Amino acid sequence: MTLVKIMFYILSAIALASALYVAAAKNLVRSVFMFFVTLFALAGLYVLALADFVAVTQIVIYVGGILVLILFAFMLSGRETLEVIQSQKSNFINLSKLPAVLLAVMFFVVMFVALRQINVNEADWVKTAVAEGNVIKPDTVLIEHIGINLMTRYLLPFEAISILLMFALVGAAHLSRKEPQA
Amino acid sequence: MIGLNEFLLLSAALFCIGLYMVVAKSNAIQILIGVELMLNAAILNLVAFGKYDKINNGGQVFALFAIVLAAAVTAVALAIILNVYRQYKTIDPSKINNLGD
Repeated sequence: MTLVKIMFYILSAIALASALYVAAAKNLVRSVFMFFVTLFALAGLYVLALADFVAVTQIVIYVGGILVLILFAFMLSGRETLEVIQSQKSNFINLSKLPAVLLAVMFFVVMFVALRQINVNEADWVKTAVAEGNVIKPDTVLIEHIGINLMTRYLLPFEAISILLMFALVGAAHLSRKEPQA
Repeated sequence: MIGLNEFLLLSAALFCIGLYMVVAKSNAIQILIGVELMLNAAILNLVAFGKYDKINNGGQVFALFAIVLAAAVTAVALAIILNVYRQYKTIDPSKINNLGD
């Protein structure tokens, strides 16, 4: 058992436990702050999957942008959002949540069985990639590759994303403006 | 190194937790957090498979795109949630059952 595997199991345990807490928490503030922990653990997992640039982007955009936005929205929408949650029954097994739990568990079983049958480590394109040496090693420097690919091979999706981002910004600003008094 | 199976199993579990949140929660912000959790599970898959694409970097580049898209989605969704709160004084999706005007 190497150090990388131990770190992987620790990080995935942190991610799963904090995600479960996010799903089970009655207090919205606690669940939002626990979601920070999930996102940081996922960033660590991206590093272990040899994608350090994606990990840094995850921290900058998700933790720095999205979670702060969620906190803002939740604070702007007043204390009524809190009372909705705290007025629910506080017992852990709630019968009204049973269908959702069943749906999630059965979906997980389906994906688990599918994973067992597919055995992705033996897929054709994975084997050809390993045979051709087209695999990221822990000591490869990827950032130059990503930059060059982003500006050449993936230029069209990049531009589409930037246009969509502009639409989203304009739309969000338009939606959240003050209504004229009428 | 860590095989693909572990990553896929972890992301399946995260996806199911997100699915549970989307179905069960009665608060729009928590539903949004569930959607983010599902998106993160998908990004974890992209990154894990991206290890076998050193030349084209398909997985990692599209993971970056997915993160940026998640940011755009969140901005618009939160603007909608704020508007809904202003209109109905609640953000429970099951209580919003009449049209605006």
